[in-house]
Amino acid sequence: MAVLLIASIAVPGSGQIETIQETMRDAVLHESDKNNLFGIFAVNPGYISSVVVTVILLVAALLIRIFVIPKFQYLPGRFQLVLEELVGLFDGLARSNSPRRNRFLGAYAFAAGVYIFFGTLFELLGLQAISLNGHSVTLPAPLSDVNGAIMLGVLSYCVIFSGVLAGNGLRGIGSALKEVSLLLSMSFRLFGALLSGLLVTELVYYYTSLSYVLPVLVAVLFTLLYALIQSYVLTMLTTLFYGEMSQPKGNKPKRRSRQQSNLAQDA
Amino acid sequence: MNLPLNIDWQQILLHLFNFTILAGGLYLLLYRPVKQFIQKREDYYRSLHEEAQKEREQAQKLKAEYKEKLAQQEAAFAQKQSQAQKDLDQMRSQQIAQAQQQAEAILEKARQNAQRERADIVSKATKELMDAAVIATEKIVLRKEGDPYDQFLDLAERRGLDEQTD
Repeated sequence: MAVLLIASIAVPGSGQIETIQETMRDAVLHESDKNNLFGIFAVNPGYISSVVVTVILLVAALLIRIFVIPKFQYLPGRFQLVLEELVGLFDGLARSNSPRRNRFLGAYAFAAGVYIFFGTLFELLGLQAISLNGHSVTLPAPLSDVNGAIMLGVLSYCVIFSGVLAGNGLRGIGSALKEVSLLLSMSFRLFGALLSGLLVTELVYYYTSLSYVLPVLVAVLFTLLYALIQSYVLTMLTTLFYGEMSQPKGNKPKRRSRQQSNLAQDA
Repeated sequence: MNLPLNIDWQQILLHLFNFTILAGGLYLLLYRPVKQFIQKREDYYRSLHEEAQKEREQAQKLKAEYKEKLAQQEAAFAQKQSQAQKDLDQMRSQQIAQAQQQAEAILEKARQNAQRERADIVSKATKELMDAAVIATEKIVLRKEGDPYDQFLDLAERRGLDEQTD
């Protein structure tokens, strides 16, 4: 390890291909480093990450379903405990925030939480993909792509909206529309949080002198931290608003007119 | 239509499609089975708890029944004990009275026997004394050696000497 470290410092790099401004701009907008998806679409690297994360998670889930879950015992082992805690965390979040309708909400919170957490950790792997212009691109977290973040933010709002419709019918639409700012806030909160991590990492790796030791803190610890925070924040906000808005609003007693009150007193 | 920040509807839909597959897969493969297992375990422990609760209630009921029975038995026992004590006391007093009567009868009999024996002894002694006196008199009277008058004198003289020496 030490020899590799010394060699990497001693051997000069091939020079910087693009300026820091271009690197940052590409990290945010992905205008120049698009990737090819099955030869059909030109997509951002974030979407490739999203597909890879989905495949990894589904394969892992399938393996767990086949080999682990059938061996579950009433006295759980460590891995079983982790799985139960993971499911129980999101299920409990849904139950506590929305006591009435929480079956679908729990499943959604679980999927969103797992996707955000493992999607964010995915950038630690540093997998490379070749962009359309032939450059090597490090695959970022799926939600650091603005399209991914918008999708999850909008979907969360739609879930909340569905809760409103289920709980209050058409009467609740007004209150749901009042919270339409959630669309923007959820989407851009996710995008901003994950992008900031990405930008810091890009910045650190851009300069060779910053590429030693510091990434351990910046890349690993910060990524872990905001993976946890963002998955918790989005699921918590979604379940909270869902529970609040899907709560049936009771019919407020109408004010009696003075004439009606007088009639009632006379009666 | 070019939107700022490279926002692309097509990619948003692709992300949505991707996430939908992921969410469905995770729900079917992980969330539902794990939740079902948790529910199953909860049901199992709830049934155990309910069973234990039922058994506990049954045991408490039995305990109360036994306690009641024990109290009844103790009351019956105490009643029988007091009855037995009364019977015992009565029997004891009867036996004591009977024993006293017997003792008095024995004493009376013994007294009568003693009196009878005393009377017998006295009469026997009197008779013996009389016999002895008769024999002695006969001996004195019927002694052949010497003159009776002389023997009387000798005797009187011997008694006089004895008194002098004392």
